[in-house]
Amino acid sequence: MTKYVLKRIVLMIFTFLIITTICFILIKLLPLPAIKQMGRDVSLIEKRREEMGYNKPIMVQYGLYWQHLLKGNLGLGEQMYVSLEVSDVILQKLPYTIVVNLYSFIISVPLGLLLGIYAALKKNTWKDHLISTLVIIFISVPSYVYAFLVQYLLCFKAGWFPLTIASQQEATLFSWKMFHSMLPAVISLGFGTVAGLTRFTRAELSEVLTGDYLLLARTKGLTKNQAIVRHALRNAMVPILPMILGEFVGIIGGSLIIESIFSIPGIGNLFVQSINLRDYNFFMADTVIYTLIGLVAGLVIDLSYGFIDPRIKMGAR
Amino acid sequence: MDINNIPKEKFRLANTSDRISDKKFATKPIGYFKDAMIRFSKNKSSVAATIIIFILLLYAIFVPIFSPYTVSDRDGYYKMALPKSTLFAWLGWDGCGEQKETQAGYDYYNGIGQEYGTSAVVKENSTSVDAATGQVYHNIYVDSYEKVGFVYADLHADAYEKLQRYQDETGIQVLYPIPTYYKTQFVAVSSTANLWYELENERPETSGASKYHDEQGNPIYVPSYLTNKNKERAGYTSTVRLPNDNGGEDGESWFVYAVKNQTGYHVRVLYKEYYRYLHGHYASFLFGTNQHGQDILVSLASGARLSFILAISVSVINFFIGIIYGAVSGYYGGAVDLIMERITDILSSIPFIVVATLFQMHLSEKVGPLVSLLFAFVLTGWIGIASRVRTQFYRFKNQEYILAARTLGAKDRRLIFRHILPNSLGTIITGTVLIIPGVIFSESMLSYLGIINLETTGMTSVGTLLAQGQSYLSKFPHIILFPSLFISLLEISFNLFGNGLRDAFNPSLRGADE
Repeated sequence: MTKYVLKRIVLMIFTFLIITTICFILIKLLPLPAIKQMGRDVSLIEKRREEMGYNKPIMVQYGLYWQHLLKGNLGLGEQMYVSLEVSDVILQKLPYTIVVNLYSFIISVPLGLLLGIYAALKKNTWKDHLISTLVIIFISVPSYVYAFLVQYLLCFKAGWFPLTIASQQEATLFSWKMFHSMLPAVISLGFGTVAGLTRFTRAELSEVLTGDYLLLARTKGLTKNQAIVRHALRNAMVPILPMILGEFVGIIGGSLIIESIFSIPGIGNLFVQSINLRDYNFFMADTVIYTLIGLVAGLVIDLSYGFIDPRIKMGAR
Repeated sequence: MDINNIPKEKFRLANTSDRISDKKFATKPIGYFKDAMIRFSKNKSSVAATIIIFILLLYAIFVPIFSPYTVSDRDGYYKMALPKSTLFAWLGWDGCGEQKETQAGYDYYNGIGQEYGTSAVVKENSTSVDAATGQVYHNIYVDSYEKVGFVYADLHADAYEKLQRYQDETGIQVLYPIPTYYKTQFVAVSSTANLWYELENERPETSGASKYHDEQGNPIYVPSYLTNKNKERAGYTSTVRLPNDNGGEDGESWFVYAVKNQTGYHVRVLYKEYYRYLHGHYASFLFGTNQHGQDILVSLASGARLSFILAISVSVINFFIGIIYGAVSGYYGGAVDLIMERITDILSSIPFIVVATLFQMHLSEKVGPLVSLLFAFVLTGWIGIASRVRTQFYRFKNQEYILAARTLGAKDRRLIFRHILPNSLGTIITGTVLIIPGVIFSESMLSYLGIINLETTGMTSVGTLLAQGQSYLSKFPHIILFPSLFISLLEISFNLFGNGLRDAFNPSLRGADE
């Protein structure tokens, strides 16, 4: 088991290194963005670029990048947040993304599970059909469409929420006002998660419910509820929990489009900004983060199977 | 009768000819695809989804061909015109919208069209009084096409002549008299050309309120045109004039229809008629227009076209790459498989948005944004299909019939493409079809975020349309409504269609993840 986990981690690091290397080289091959003249000393910036090793060969720069990265230094902002440490800006943005996604996670996961369980238990009744139809619709419709709907109906027409998130000056991160202004984004993020989880839970649970051992449990005298809670649900959770865990890791990444629509000052918005303004230091840092999140989420999902269900032997051929 | 002792004569030959062959089946044979087809057509929701996809496809193909508008038509006056349909006007789809206006605004909008006997204000819904300031507000239902009203245009002499000839031939009045305020800077509402009546306040920053009102507060419009004793002042020889243009009491106060300036004539035109004069038809936009004055119906169709072309090319290319990659990896197994699996692992771990951005930054100047986006989708898009194919190959490659074929001397290529691949064609086709909605969604997301810009003079994309509409979401939701509706409908239909295909090709999976 330990050997398998170690092997997976080593493989993950290997993949991570390759991806970041490719991205680094591809970014460095791009021409440097022109220095904005307005009120800035060009020679000073040239000097700083020289200092940062921008004129050295790419492989040397790559070595330098890792040296800096291991010290937690991701470079300075060039086109946006000029002269600020990239790592500082990211650390400042990260809480917003995490908090919004965490709220959405806390609300939508139980809801999705409950709806899925309910649909599976009422399989082939009109309630199940209704839930399943809604699920198909909500899974298919792109997330930004909900966001527009929420923004128009709840924020503008009904006036329950402000159109965009409260600013840092107006409210602190964990205040009620902030939570209230985050709710439209939280709701928009939730639709997809709820629908996905409902579909998955329903499929898994309804498969488990037809299993022979459940019939055996009933013949041995367990009530329906006992059989469902103690036997069916526990088994159905084996594939569901890793999925939820993966979702949990993804919290850090956030959603580019929802953050952009509701002007959440989070990491997704930063990423989009860095692309549109061609700030390569931010772009590289975000790439590293997103790649890492994806890899860790995948690893957590795979490994968690083994921890949740001892019957699954990890790495067995 | 003794069965052990049947006499010879009792026996009769069943078949006297020397050849015995099987009878042909009376029914037609049903192959794999035909079987799937039958199963698919029994699934009502999938059939409905197929029809919807088909309609959307036809919309994307034919609307830009037959519409009188194009994507590059940007009309500066019909900006954010509301959706108008003559067929469904009774549903409120009539190009009108409610506006809350002060008395001045009410006078302004109500005055538009009075000169030719109508009004831009279709009806007044209610009036409200602001408790704090005592300000009266009118909630009026305004026709967004009529409210453009009049505009000033500068015409060259020949264009001016031609317009007059058009007036005389058709009897349709396009040129209207110039008001006395034609030099006024009017800041409160859009066009100064609509200030044809005597104003309460004639200063440049006039609010547009009429000078006279009756006891109920309704405006009384008193025309205020430039007059001249020369009936044909500034070369206005056309016989089409306003009915009340009779020379006045002294017979010398004829309305002035144009003012000469350095380049030609400064005229006041009724914009809807002028539009018809220029384009041959009145402006009427089924889905309305956006802030650039582009027809949304055509822009959306053009964006949809782009999405379809991109998505279908991506899925076709990925289909072939996926099959070949998956087949090689699955068939040969061992070290080949291990290396190939590592490559797919690495490729699939790169966040798509990074791939798209890097391709965009490196290639878009050389091959254009659309092609570089295509490359980005192709780089990682085939992985799903390849892994499906690989799994199928692992399942089938050790079965006896493959061994038999190999014993008979079949080569690897024949085994792969003739013996194993057809078994997995069903799941591959399903996978390929399901690439399409994914590509369309990603494309719209990237262009919404502005990471890629597919907009050119003659083309636009659904994501760009959405981004344009977002800033006007609260006031003009129609700009965003139709693109959102289109993409939602498309995604739902494609998912249902994909589910139907999967069930049809592989009945044992029915409802597996619904």
